[in-house]
Amino acid sequence: MATTTQIPAAPAPAAVHRPKRRWGATVFGLAVLAVMLFPLYWMINTALQPDASLVDVGPVPTGVDFSGFTSAITDQGTNLLTSLAVALGAVAICLVISAPAAYGLAQFNLRGSRTIVFGTLITQMVPGIVIANALYSAYVDLGLVNSYFGLMLADASLGIPFAIVLMRSFMVSIPREVIEAAEVDGAGRIRTFVQVVLPMSRNSLITAGLFSFLYAWSDFMFALTLNTTDDVKPITLGIYQYIGAHVGDWGSVMAASVLSAVPAAVLLVLSQKYIAAGITGGSVK
Amino acid sequence: MSSTTASATPLPTDAKAPAAAAVRKPVNPRSTKRRRTLAQWGFIAPAVIFMALFFGYPLVRNIVMSFQDYSPSTFFTGEAPFNGLDNWNNVFSDGLFGKALWQTILFTVGSLLGQFTIGLALAVFFTRRFPLNGILRSLILLPWLVPMVVSGIVWRRIFDQDTGVLNSFLDTVGLPGDTPWLTSTSMALISVILVNIWIGIPFNMVILYGGLQEVPKELSEAAALDGASAWRTFRSVTLPMLKPVITVVLVLGFMSTVKILDLVLALTDGGPADSTQTLGTLTYQNSFVQMDFGAGAVVGNILILISAVFAVFYLRVNRNEGK
Repeated sequence: MATTTQIPAAPAPAAVHRPKRRWGATVFGLAVLAVMLFPLYWMINTALQPDASLVDVGPVPTGVDFSGFTSAITDQGTNLLTSLAVALGAVAICLVISAPAAYGLAQFNLRGSRTIVFGTLITQMVPGIVIANALYSAYVDLGLVNSYFGLMLADASLGIPFAIVLMRSFMVSIPREVIEAAEVDGAGRIRTFVQVVLPMSRNSLITAGLFSFLYAWSDFMFALTLNTTDDVKPITLGIYQYIGAHVGDWGSVMAASVLSAVPAAVLLVLSQKYIAAGITGGSVK
Repeated sequence: MSSTTASATPLPTDAKAPAAAAVRKPVNPRSTKRRRTLAQWGFIAPAVIFMALFFGYPLVRNIVMSFQDYSPSTFFTGEAPFNGLDNWNNVFSDGLFGKALWQTILFTVGSLLGQFTIGLALAVFFTRRFPLNGILRSLILLPWLVPMVVSGIVWRRIFDQDTGVLNSFLDTVGLPGDTPWLTSTSMALISVILVNIWIGIPFNMVILYGGLQEVPKELSEAAALDGASAWRTFRSVTLPMLKPVITVVLVLGFMSTVKILDLVLALTDGGPADSTQTLGTLTYQNSFVQMDFGAGAVVGNILILISAVFAVFYLRVNRNEGK
């Protein structure tokens, strides 16, 4: 590879033979990526093979066959829409509840704030299955089993503590003067929050929303435990039940898997920096 | 609102009161302050209520449930009489609990070791400057973003003893390609651990990479000038500086691994012969398969206890480091 001179790297003292080594690292990096992404590649490959259930599925799809996708959409299309609706609902609930709380905990100096922040961190340690266990019986009493709203609420719980911690750490750095200036200008508390604080915190809102979407979209446990009928069936539950019924038909199962992974891939491409910020942001404390 | 209000409050942060309040007739400073505090709590209250309902209530309810007798018909009749320690005795005398506990330990330790070591190695690797570094680094995140149950199902296909690509690959390179990855009691747990390592690598890598960026370059350069080998520099300079980040990664990794459910259900459903049953799946099995919520609550409480012990330990370590 002779294209090494194009790299606008910092002037290195050993620039003569360094570039070669750098491309060596790129090759190694590509190899790592290939191994890490192989299962995802194989999912796509299997989904496109006409005889996906045979032993010798070719390494590349030769005769590309979309019948897997056709049947996946027929069987799982509704579930994809259910996932989308539930995830968007969960994001809305999550942001509406956690953004004001993050603001209050960051700026108000209320007695007990620290305890609440601490409690928020602790909630992330409660095993989900324990929540599902207790929630199920409460949901039975409240008539929330098999309901969209019930699942949205439960899925919102996956993102809320994370969103509060993330947005709070961002809102702490909003200067007091900015908020006071808005209030001097006659804006009420709520207007200050909506018109000054929220726009300033845009990035952290996007990151929090993105992650609560991913959490809700990926949720399997609440979907599995809080639904006893097929009324509300997100794609994760749909695929899980699909392999029970269609063990032989791997083409369709993998096609459905591909479809369920699309949001993750799209979000990664569209919002790399938010995702990286979210992953590290969640680890701040 | 008069300026006396502001001077009456001990808080230095007293913002000018909102215009809406100014319209009201003057009230004494104390009640104004109380009203402002109340309004401020209005921002926080919904979140507190939500968390009380979705985290606090389940914690308490789960403890109560572990002393109640649930049967499949309970949810129609609404009757779950208290039965003392029966659930606890039943769970502990059943050999499955010990087995699941042991397997949870193996699963957690194995997963963390693998995820962390490989994640750290990759993080170090990506601190080098080379073309495409950024793109490769963000694409490695993909496995972490895909729903876990979907990853599980894809791996289930790859692991298939007769028609899976893993065995046919091993065959091609001349290794015995007939391993029953998920269908033998001796291999299944190892296979599940391998998949969880694969899932955890991106997360470990990203956080450790972030931590490495914070380590001042001068330090390792100085060590190198003093004649320390790369490995020695890494061990004696970089790793100690990275310690807080390492703690965070391991704690978060522990928390998400110890309660795992999705992945195991998608790969093996806890089988074969309970060889991949963990405390998480056992809670699920007890409650939602056998509809014995009392027994499920017992195992769930133990899961909480393990997390709590770990959390206390973590806070201890953190506090000592802060000093």
